[in-house]
Amino acid sequence: MFTTNHFSGLSASIPTAYMQGYIILMILLVMGGTILDMMHKKSAKYFFENAKKAKKSAKRSVGGGERAAIAASVLAKEVLTSGEFSNPRRRLSHLLTMYGFIIFAVTTAIMIFCYPTPAKATPAVLPALWHIGALMLAVGGYWFWFFIRVDVAAEGLSPFRFERADLFILSLLATSTFALIWSFTGGGLTVFFALFILSSTVLFGGVYWSKFAHMFFKPAAAHQKRIIMADGSRENLPPDYDLTDPEVQRRFPDIPMYMGKNPPNMGLCIKAERAKHY
Amino acid sequence: MPTFVYMTRCDGCGECVDICPSDIMHIDKKLRRAYNIEPNMCWECYSCVKACPHQAIDVRGYADFAPLGHSVRVLRDEEKGTIAWRIKFRNGKKDMELLAPITTKPWRKHIPKLAEAPPPSKEMRDSQLLFNEPKYIRMDDGGLHTLQSNGLEIKEGVQY
Repeated sequence: MFTTNHFSGLSASIPTAYMQGYIILMILLVMGGTILDMMHKKSAKYFFENAKKAKKSAKRSVGGGERAAIAASVLAKEVLTSGEFSNPRRRLSHLLTMYGFIIFAVTTAIMIFCYPTPAKATPAVLPALWHIGALMLAVGGYWFWFFIRVDVAAEGLSPFRFERADLFILSLLATSTFALIWSFTGGGLTVFFALFILSSTVLFGGVYWSKFAHMFFKPAAAHQKRIIMADGSRENLPPDYDLTDPEVQRRFPDIPMYMGKNPPNMGLCIKAERAKHY
Repeated sequence: MPTFVYMTRCDGCGECVDICPSDIMHIDKKLRRAYNIEPNMCWECYSCVKACPHQAIDVRGYADFAPLGHSVRVLRDEEKGTIAWRIKFRNGKKDMELLAPITTKPWRKHIPKLAEAPPPSKEMRDSQLLFNEPKYIRMDDGGLHTLQSNGLEIKEGVQY
């Protein structure tokens, strides 16, 4: 079952062109939704205005080489390993969901475009990866939904009340769940296939109302965040001082006077416990 | 001027909700990010600004310490045990920084164990001093600490 390309089996009931057309339609929906979302929220305008403001208060200019190094570190840390999450559980869940979705989406497209009929044998690795991707997506997604997402029970919101903002994660969960059930029940034109298609259409068609578009502007925001640290503007935040630096100790004599010349790590205070929202 | 949240930086961790003494920092039910539900009731204690791990909360500072339009931002580093402030005037030229200790000992390791202290004697109960008062106001090592006993004096005028 893990090595079966269920899409090639479907070719007997649904013409290949329809399946390929559906994939193209979904890509177009994502692109359109992202553009509309950015126009509506004015995220791009806000981003560029902020960048201009930060440039004005820069203490030094960042060269081309340094910018490239920053872009490489953004790619390695924020994009590939979700380094912006300070909560390790959230980071792990995001990584599972992100890589699960990428593997799932890419293998789906490859199987539909390259191996659409049983006439051309599908390499066993592709359906296996498709299942692994869907499983990763489901594990990361359910973990997030039931244990990690921001708890608003203290605000009197029932856990069974859904908001439009939940559309993204719920349709993502439904897509992976129905895809797996459809596969485990042997594929074909069944009710689970209809639910799988319905949930994926909601997922990709609802980009305008969901946070799907964040995958396009988050890397740009992470890059800008590093640039402002490098050029010294730091969004007007004070520097991250090294307390053992003699120059810092000369400027702020309270530090060596009360904490000594080599202050110890004071450990965690309020961050030692997770916030309980009351 | 009350606190406000940069929604793009907030991750809804809830540190501000826990720490707000006025209980006006809440989590938005739809977006699941923090916001100030009642700006009129905010007294700008800066607790949430300092507690936020992402520096996602800001305050428009009062005009009594810098002309309006300035930026006052703070970075509390509990592992270093310091707090850093930066006040930047709206013309961008006056840019002041301050760094001060917020603890001199590691957190949670030097909590006085008052329950283990010996109970006060009858004379202590009958005296006008409060529990541990001579020790805590340091009168037991040579009288009350004053500017004079510490070799300091009050200077006239505003000192910078």
